[in-house]
Amino acid sequence: MHIAIIGNGIAGITAARYLRKLSSGCHISVISSETRHFYSRTALMYLYMGHLTYENLKPYEDRFWQKNRITLLHDHVNQIDFTQQCLHCSSGKVVYYDKLLLATGSKSNTLNCPGHNLQGVQGLYSLQDVQLMQQHTQGITHAVVAGGGLIGIEVAEMLRSKGIGVTFLVRENSYWNSILPPEESDMLNRHIRAHGVNLLLDTQIQAILPDEHGRVRAVMTTTGAEIACRFVAVTIGVQPNVDFLRQTGLEIDRGILVNQYLQTNLPNVFAAGDCAQLRQPLPGRKAIEQVWYTGRMQGITAALNLLNRETAYQPRIWFNSAKFFDLEYQTYGNVPPAPLPGQTQLYWQHPDGQKCLRLVYQTQTGALQGVNALGIRLRHDVAEKWLAQQTPAETVLTQFSTAIFDPEFTQPIEQALLNQYHLQNPGKQLRAVHKRSLWHTIFG
Amino acid sequence: MKLLNQNITDQYAHGTKHSLSLTTDAAYPQSMVQKTALALVAVGLLLLLAAAFGAANAQPAAWLATALVCIGAGGMVYAFKQYQHRQAGIKNNGVYQTSLTARGAAAWLLALVLTGFYVLLYWFPQLLGLGQNGAANTGLVHLFDPLSFLLKKQPASQWFVYGTLYTLAILVMGFKFMLKYRHNRYQLFRTASVMFFQLGFAFLLPEWLQRLHLPYNDFKNMWPLNYYFFFDWHLNELLQSGNIGRFMLFWGILMVVLVSPGLTWFFGKRWYCSWVCGCGGLAETAGDPFRQLSSKSLRAWQAERLLVYGVLVFALLMTALVLYTWFTGKAQVWFLNSYRLREWYGFLIGAAFSGVIGVGFYPLLGSRVWCRFGCPVAAILGIQQRFFSRFRITANGGQCISCGNCSAYCEMGIDVRWYAQRGQNIVRASCVGCGICAAVCPRGVLKLENAPLKNREALHIRQDGVWLPEENLF
Repeated sequence: MHIAIIGNGIAGITAARYLRKLSSGCHISVISSETRHFYSRTALMYLYMGHLTYENLKPYEDRFWQKNRITLLHDHVNQIDFTQQCLHCSSGKVVYYDKLLLATGSKSNTLNCPGHNLQGVQGLYSLQDVQLMQQHTQGITHAVVAGGGLIGIEVAEMLRSKGIGVTFLVRENSYWNSILPPEESDMLNRHIRAHGVNLLLDTQIQAILPDEHGRVRAVMTTTGAEIACRFVAVTIGVQPNVDFLRQTGLEIDRGILVNQYLQTNLPNVFAAGDCAQLRQPLPGRKAIEQVWYTGRMQGITAALNLLNRETAYQPRIWFNSAKFFDLEYQTYGNVPPAPLPGQTQLYWQHPDGQKCLRLVYQTQTGALQGVNALGIRLRHDVAEKWLAQQTPAETVLTQFSTAIFDPEFTQPIEQALLNQYHLQNPGKQLRAVHKRSLWHTIFG
Repeated sequence: MKLLNQNITDQYAHGTKHSLSLTTDAAYPQSMVQKTALALVAVGLLLLLAAAFGAANAQPAAWLATALVCIGAGGMVYAFKQYQHRQAGIKNNGVYQTSLTARGAAAWLLALVLTGFYVLLYWFPQLLGLGQNGAANTGLVHLFDPLSFLLKKQPASQWFVYGTLYTLAILVMGFKFMLKYRHNRYQLFRTASVMFFQLGFAFLLPEWLQRLHLPYNDFKNMWPLNYYFFFDWHLNELLQSGNIGRFMLFWGILMVVLVSPGLTWFFGKRWYCSWVCGCGGLAETAGDPFRQLSSKSLRAWQAERLLVYGVLVFALLMTALVLYTWFTGKAQVWFLNSYRLREWYGFLIGAAFSGVIGVGFYPLLGSRVWCRFGCPVAAILGIQQRFFSRFRITANGGQCISCGNCSAYCEMGIDVRWYAQRGQNIVRASCVGCGICAAVCPRGVLKLENAPLKNREALHIRQDGVWLPEENLF
């Protein structure tokens, strides 16, 4: 059996690895026009900043693929013939498949304003984008980043690392406040500004103005300001990279529509990762989740289903993480930007304003529903256990040291959390439970 | 996305243009103060160089003080200015784009200078000015006579020169390291510890012992890293030095048989390799800018195991024969001569490997070449750490994004990501517990921990809700 996979990102490659893990007999081909080998897209910023080389970005040594009999094709699929079950590639090659996994990932959203296609205006998604960005930012002194999400702040950090002045345009009135509650969002506003970024809230691009060579010269904002710059990063999200699949028999909405087994409407065709859209999203989750680990989970699920081991896609408790300049962020469960009815929140912020923690729990039962942490590392399995078991917030607070994942000798925050809880709930007196006795700590 | 030309990735692999400045952090260009501080360091080094040619013979004390103050103060001011206005956090900007830290021309030049210095130190000390056959010192060694007289009332040797510069390097670069990682208390405590042990235990205490006409002894330097511990002259010296000498012998043996296995059981080998040891101390401080140069390939790991355990066997055999000779007076066992063997060990391992290659090649092979490929103590502690220790680096569930920072900045060449991305705890013999993998991780995936053995090598990853067992196929 020949299984073809289009796309060598985390979803496609994880599927290929698991196919080989689960079946030694099948032929596996992975086709990508981006790079020959799998690399970590999440680390592109470190390539630009000089923290890492391209070699460092590859999670597996090059010989891994041959050793595991995974054929890598550095080619671009122009067209898929779903009836003949074959792929027509740029090189003229035709690849026949028995089963197909579409893992084509995303592409950057583009602006729809005058000057959106000038030289020096781009998004950041692929290795090619980073190379382009290196060219476009060579020797410049000022850039504009438009779009207040996770990529926008990364691009701002990248540019700052090269000493380039950055004006960061954010549509909302506080950074990422469609996701983050006001306190966290505000902490990030301050953090972004502390890194020398000119953060302009409630501001979008009206038009991008060219110089005589067709390169960006300035940006006109919706507030009427003209900002001189030689580079504009458009970081207003991504969308499934599925254009070449439209007008075929494949059912596509925003992404390729799949059921819980990641099957498309066509026989022998599956989709996973950023390009896939679940017909029935799981409760509380989105139909398209463009996250590294969901790509990995979908890759595994797709591999099982490609081998007829029917397995539904079932991610467990939602979690995510990011790093905003120097501030690490982790979230587990569901932390809405504003409290929902029936919920209570406990918010604690370190006096230095560089770390904070938020617990969201049901007012009635105390059951924990979500955790946000900035500047504090939490232990994934403990957080997940608490959320899955609906552990009462008071229990969580008294055992909070078990969830801390910060480096050794980091100053503890457990007592401060309890104090905050007591402040919010006069009359309560909780005491931290030490998880182990000294004897157990030493002798296990 | 259009099909692109093949060599785009090659450009990343080979086409990097290196900057020749000390750091390529364009966000923080060097200030006037920094440039002055750097010039001061250069003046200090030039003073040492000039002294090597006899320029300081008339006024060695003032000359030496000026040189050391220039280097020390200049280095510290430079470091302070580098981090003064920066937000605390990981800033490896430009590491792979700077000649010095990315194996460019500057790195080769530095490697040449360091290697050359070690060659002189080990094999041609007379060129550094060591007085031959009781003659007075000249040149560089003479320059250090005043400090040596101050500390132990004896003239300096080339090793005193080396020890002083080594300690200075750890203190100045340790200060810089603490500024760089000031947001991380594990790094602060650990660095304070290596600075303390170098200054107190490796430098001042042994000199002070000599002043009291007691045997030179570095109480933290453990056999077989301290390979001459069981040499006849050393044993005789200790045994002839009364109770203190016998205590040194007792302590040296206790370290090997009880103290180090015990501490390694509780904390892993880091208690020694990245908290106490002098080689580790230099690697963690002066070697920090080069930590990313260690190879992470499978081949390097294979070579590492062959070499480090090979050296361990060599050290054990050599020590066994030396002790046999000490007890029986016979030097020859079959075809092996204990005197020859220990000479060869001293030349090949003690000098060439640990010194010339170990430090001289910092800018080319990374800061832990000796610790990783050669150190017999690291080999012993590594075996203990792998099988008899509560230490591990915990991987945090499914948070890993495979970015590769942990692997890149592992000075021991461990492919940390390989474990982290499959959600597996890292239990490796070679890990020295420096904690930098955890520090550079942008997603809070790694944590150094001592904990009960249960689930020590656990796989944490949540696959897809069906709990697939991770087979060890990959």
